[in-house]
Amino acid sequence: MKKSAVPYLFIMPAIVLLIVFSIIPIVISLVISFTDLDLRGLANWSSIRFNAGNNFAVLLDDGVFLQSILNTFFYVIIGVPLVILCALTVALLLNFATSKLFSVFRVVYYMPSITNIVAIAVVWGFLYNQDYGLFNTLLGYVGIGDVPWLEDPLIAKLSLILLAVWKGIGINMIIFLAALQAIPSRYYEAADIDGASRWQKLFYITIPSLRYATFFVTVTTLIGWLQFFEEPFVMTEGGPLDGTLSMALFIYQEGFQYSQFGYAAAASFVLFIFIIIMTLIQFKFRQSEDEVR
Amino acid sequence: METSAYHPRRDRIIVTILLVVGGLLVAIPFIWMVLSSIKTEREVLAIPPTLFPQEVTFTNYLDLFRNMNFGIYLRNTIIIVLFSMVGLLFNTMAGYGFGKYAFKGREAWFLLVLSTMMIPSQVSMIPVYLILNEMSLTNTMPGIILPGLIAAFNIFLIRQFMTTIPDELLEAARIDGGGELYIFFKLIIPMAKPILAVQVILTFIAAWNSFLWPLIVANDESLYTLSVGLALLKGQYATNYAMQMAGATFMVVPILIIFAFFQKYIVEGMNVSGLK
Repeated sequence: MKKSAVPYLFIMPAIVLLIVFSIIPIVISLVISFTDLDLRGLANWSSIRFNAGNNFAVLLDDGVFLQSILNTFFYVIIGVPLVILCALTVALLLNFATSKLFSVFRVVYYMPSITNIVAIAVVWGFLYNQDYGLFNTLLGYVGIGDVPWLEDPLIAKLSLILLAVWKGIGINMIIFLAALQAIPSRYYEAADIDGASRWQKLFYITIPSLRYATFFVTVTTLIGWLQFFEEPFVMTEGGPLDGTLSMALFIYQEGFQYSQFGYAAAASFVLFIFIIIMTLIQFKFRQSEDEVR
Repeated sequence: METSAYHPRRDRIIVTILLVVGGLLVAIPFIWMVLSSIKTEREVLAIPPTLFPQEVTFTNYLDLFRNMNFGIYLRNTIIIVLFSMVGLLFNTMAGYGFGKYAFKGREAWFLLVLSTMMIPSQVSMIPVYLILNEMSLTNTMPGIILPGLIAAFNIFLIRQFMTTIPDELLEAARIDGGGELYIFFKLIIPMAKPILAVQVILTFIAAWNSFLWPLIVANDESLYTLSVGLALLKGQYATNYAMQMAGATFMVVPILIIFAFFQKYIVEGMNVSGLK
């Protein structure tokens, strides 16, 4: 074996698979987003026609697509701050002590994030059931009428957010917890000598020290929620009245249910552009924050 | 710890109460799932509902294998989990290659790997399907397994760890006449245990839970995984909540047990990987 070939042999399997299933697809996706590729085109390539950006023009006129954009922003604006706040709160509480009990709780709060999405849909679908569900039964005891958890467009969106927050706390909590444990204890000792109150310590030591973790969590959570897909896919299939349809679900439905591959690819690029813009804004914020400091 | 200067005992009690209440809220769906799965079909729909089953039954679990093919789904899921470990081996090899060798084009290739992390799965979903279709891999096991084998983020984490291994160690092993593969399997992998422990657990969980590719690629029920089978169950037995809960429990509980045993490594691994 030639010596200089060795490193390439180590990276080759991963590189080949990434090129075939990540790099080439994005090129194909860009090309077909300018075509009318559908099932007919798949069978006979010569029938595929370029339609010069027509997909994008149609998209901006497609009421269902615009609805999916609005829904996605609704999910992001409510869901992202909620999940970060919950994860941070739980991490702060868990960091309070290191006993057996606390590590048990760490497992409990992490459990939803490793649970299969279909199983979650099955269980939450039962909990949300209007007639037999646990939630409506419990609310019935305190005199609140039957809540149409998944039957009303607005409430259904909120129900999916509740589920996604429940599922999303775990992984972010772990990241915050790792960051909390890395804060040197001498900071707090110095603050104690100065007579700082616990809230002062929280706002002047703990939260500023979590800057990098918060940034990381915010970027990943934002990107994740822009691609909000599985929850509406398994719980509501986008209904009622497209009330829970997200952009990612729109792409899936156009592509795999209606076989409009070209149209769906165009929609996926609109989503990609949104993700890139949001990420750039985040990094910009981060930069100007660093300059102030 | 840090807030305990004034009333340590009182603070601790308040925090514990908050954690218990929050933990219960988080755990309710799991508790309800397990308890409902051992009730009779009639008791599950009783109004008002019972908390504990009046009559414990395991017929719901047996029905999973009698009325549906959960045995086949389980077999397929285990196959996917096993092959995901091959994917982990590829990720580890790549992480080692990038972390411990100097070669031409290393930075460019690594940048290529990292850039794939930015591509949303919705963008690549349709072209990947078209590629699999061209390769005649739709409705086959390789078609389900291949697209998810490599994870750029995992390569990145493993590479971070590999760079901390001193070069002198590798040189000493080479002087002793160790071949490159021998060094990788006998020296590097044992040393990388802390990071690989996390990776094995996370890879296992991800493969066990994989849903979208099996759903898109598999047409025959003989290729269904547990999650696709569970989705089928939800559709076919829409009102049999007892059986649905049994299916969900069958899918979720093994993961929770594995995780509870190994969770220590995950938190430590987050520290190792420098995500602070």
